[in-house]
Amino acid sequence: MTVSALRTEGLGFVYPEGTRALEGVDLEILQGERVAIIGQNGSGKSTLVRHFNGLLRPTEGSVAVAGTPVGMRHVAELAREVGLAFQNPDRQIFSGRVAREVEFGPRNIGISGQELAACVNDALAAVGLEGRAEANPYDLGFSQRKLLALASVLAMRPPIVVLDEPTTGQDANGIGRVRSIVEMLSSDGRTVVAISHDMRFVAETFARIIVMRAGRVVLDGSPREVFAQEQWPILASTYLEPPLAARIGARMGAGSTPTEAMLVERLLEQGGAMGTGRAG
Amino acid sequence: MTLALRGVRYRYAGAAAAALEGVSLTLEPGHVLGVVGPNGAGKSTLCLVAAGLAPATIGGELAGEVRIDGVTTASSRPHELAQRCGILFQNPTTQLSGTSATVWEEVAFGPRNLGLPLEEVVARVDAALDALTIRPLADRDPERLSGGQAQLVALAGVLALRPAYLVLDEPTSQLDPQGTRLVGTAIGELARQTGAGVLVVEHKTDLLATIAEQVAVLVAGSVVASDEAASILADARLEAWGIESPSRIRIERAARRAGVHLVSEVEA
Repeated sequence: MTVSALRTEGLGFVYPEGTRALEGVDLEILQGERVAIIGQNGSGKSTLVRHFNGLLRPTEGSVAVAGTPVGMRHVAELAREVGLAFQNPDRQIFSGRVAREVEFGPRNIGISGQELAACVNDALAAVGLEGRAEANPYDLGFSQRKLLALASVLAMRPPIVVLDEPTTGQDANGIGRVRSIVEMLSSDGRTVVAISHDMRFVAETFARIIVMRAGRVVLDGSPREVFAQEQWPILASTYLEPPLAARIGARMGAGSTPTEAMLVERLLEQGGAMGTGRAG
Repeated sequence: MTLALRGVRYRYAGAAAAALEGVSLTLEPGHVLGVVGPNGAGKSTLCLVAAGLAPATIGGELAGEVRIDGVTTASSRPHELAQRCGILFQNPTTQLSGTSATVWEEVAFGPRNLGLPLEEVVARVDAALDALTIRPLADRDPERLSGGQAQLVALAGVLALRPAYLVLDEPTSQLDPQGTRLVGTAIGELARQTGAGVLVVEHKTDLLATIAEQVAVLVAGSVVASDEAASILADARLEAWGIESPSRIRIERAARRAGVHLVSEVEA
């Protein structure tokens, strides 16, 4: 049975000073889906996800969370259902101690005592900050503050988790950690939506990719579909390019191979007898 | 004429351990030096120390020497350092002045503070906006930009200062692939055309492969390797240090392990 986690109908948004950020966005994201949103800077990605927890209200169309229209429901109420980790952790972090920062959310939705402690400990362990519970958030580096902001969202255990550029500033291990968190949430049946500019991370981590251009959705499909060669002109129109593995795969006639593992696998299937010369 | 660190040890005020230990690096005019390293290695600290903000502005304890064109940062005043060496912070919202009503004024903030004649300010702002193709943002409110747009505006503000040396802390972290390429091109042109020396901290080794002449690897506060970019980026130890190899190299290795031939010199 498919249950709707997030749905937008004809969603449009114009900022008060007149900048149009979204236009006619129709999307349905099902419970348990793993979805990445990609597109050039300023294409409306962050504006879109801020509608999912009521931080922004549509100027046109509507948004529904778990089948219920967002309408004028309060942000605090939506926070139980949708957790949003900001792109800039410093817009989110305000406490003088890591553990206090993480417990703020669950405490505000009425969790206390041992359950609260478990929420905090689990969230810090998930992001690898379990040893820093007593630290001041501003003694952490930028990448760790990003992980702290993520932990604060995880601690509320919301059924829908929205991550705005979770890999920004992360090194190889940090990106691997974010990938495991997404996989963990997904295997738990929760819905994960992430904005990212890291095409390799997106292709390897998400089952569905939504491509935005100038406030509209221009592509929506699996990594194999979205990064297939016939879509490259659309990707280019929003200043994106497929991961290198996809480009090499296409050059070598191996079909759509958005991840490095898929590329190598396809080449092996073809008998490893691909051309070794300079291709097209 | 160089920006040189010699045997640098730096400890933040109140910190038990040093964040940098025994760091020696030389940044030459007209060259791009890439710095890679895992999170927590001290890359942002290195930026603060190289640009002279640490210890002059933020305190802490510096041993060894940082010289910008022969003058030690320890003996320089912050405004003198700012004219020799520009710095772009990792978080663009830290960089933006918060006092400008438009992007154009924000980018003009630095050149105006240098006391330059108005026509020179205008020329520099327009050139910086054009270099990053963000002139369409000129009339926008800096507080209402996307993360990536803010990062480009912050960089434009530093470019407009036209410093002899430029220290960039992950300048492309919030940028889309096109923005990343634009910044790469702007950095390369800045070095070649104005002779600026650029130190750039970057996780994107794919980008460094196209813009850096030299790359240094920082691990746990110390430089563990430093050489020509091509040689460092192909170093098999990168992954063990927690640094991603460039895509091309990673894919070639995976293919070799699987015993398949890849198209060579793919212009992909």
